[in-house]
Amino acid sequence: MNFARREPRWAVTFTLLLALIAQVIPLPDWLSVVRPGFVALVIIYWSIYAPHAGGIFAPWLAGIALDVFKGEVLAQNALAIALVAYITMSLHQRLRNQTLVQQSLFVFLMLSVNEVVVWGIEGWSGHSVASPWRWIQPMVGAMLWPFIALLVGRTHTRT
Amino acid sequence: MAVFGTATSRSLSGRGPSFGFRFFCYAVLSVVLMFYDRRGQEQGRGWLDTARYGLQAAIYPLQLAVNSPSAAWRWLEESFTTRETLRAEVDQLREELRNQQLITLRQSALEKENATLRNLNGMLPNVIDKRLVGEVINVEVSTLRQRLLVNRGGTNGVYKSQPVVTGDGVLGQVFRIGPFSSEIILITDAEHALPVQDVRSGERTIALGTGKSTTLELPYVPQNKDVKVGDLLVTSGLGRVFPYGLPVARVTKVERDPAQPLSTIHAVPLAGIENDREVLFIWQFPNHPAATPSPAALAVEAPDAAPAAPAAAAPVKTP
Repeated sequence: MNFARREPRWAVTFTLLLALIAQVIPLPDWLSVVRPGFVALVIIYWSIYAPHAGGIFAPWLAGIALDVFKGEVLAQNALAIALVAYITMSLHQRLRNQTLVQQSLFVFLMLSVNEVVVWGIEGWSGHSVASPWRWIQPMVGAMLWPFIALLVGRTHTRT
Repeated sequence: MAVFGTATSRSLSGRGPSFGFRFFCYAVLSVVLMFYDRRGQEQGRGWLDTARYGLQAAIYPLQLAVNSPSAAWRWLEESFTTRETLRAEVDQLREELRNQQLITLRQSALEKENATLRNLNGMLPNVIDKRLVGEVINVEVSTLRQRLLVNRGGTNGVYKSQPVVTGDGVLGQVFRIGPFSSEIILITDAEHALPVQDVRSGERTIALGTGKSTTLELPYVPQNKDVKVGDLLVTSGLGRVFPYGLPVARVTKVERDPAQPLSTIHAVPLAGIENDREVLFIWQFPNHPAATPSPAALAVEAPDAAPAAPAAAAPVKTP
């Protein structure tokens, strides 16, 4: 019980809101095609450093919000992000011992998993977007990972 | 934020059910939601649409917040324009108005002439009954799609697949509605197809979006059909969404490869999709010959619609 109170739940909510805004803020075309999934990045961070703060529920809810925002099939991002959160949480102890740069590779894999799941569901529902740019986004996300992790890390004290 | 396992059910070793079990629950829930959402899309309004309508309202403040910096910037820009620029703008608008007046002077005469030619008693009114101006909310809806968010929704009477135009031409149609906002799928979206007609030759075909805001594609035109560069394309009214005769695009490229049965035709949309801040939602007169059939008329056409409401007047097909 005492431990639960130290979970950075407000920080999770706050950073997720910021990530949502970053995901939908209008950018010039050339920038927006390489915009990484900020929500997924923040979710990966919390899954590594505070897996019990949001559980699977927070990632799932953030995914639903993203779906409503983007007008996609409901729960497609939710499923993808929940999957990413689950995989990350099961490996979080190992990941904590890695440096941020080492984690980038894992982040790249996770963002790709996210993209593949979303792509698969889009295909199933008949709204698939076949653009090579979507496969650039995980790479950009992995490159931004150390900065994002440092930024999000400022919002709580690590345990 | 609630986790799946409550504090009382936390076991000694961990806390509540494992992540695996929780993930499984959410995954099942997601799949169920996706299934119903997709079915709702295919069969019209479902309970999930209602839930989504509410969710749109919940997210609207966030969208406005995202929009606010650019809105503030535009306001600032407008309030610092000089008297000279405003004068020039007024002069330009006056000139435009004069030109438009000249065109409309002739139009009433032409409409009358047209009505006589079509053997219709009395003059035809304009097909557009009512219109509503909406402002674009500057939010990136989805990156790889051509969508817009507009600040008019269900509370303003906007309905699904309502035509949306700008002063220059067809912009798109309403894709999803929330109480205060609606999402518009542009005619240039890769998933959008629009039945069009070549004004000069009368050829009918379908204009597909390409995902790029400056190009439409007309892939189903056989080589021997008469379409030329510079032709104006208007809506043909066959898609049951747009009324007949709204300007859509101008043909920019026609390529005829003798080895292919179909020609490659590109067109540029007339509506300035990139820089339009204001859009128009339009309502059509229900029984106008150029209007699209009403749902009641469609119910008569469909053989399996059991309680077919008698349509007041089946719309006349425009030639």
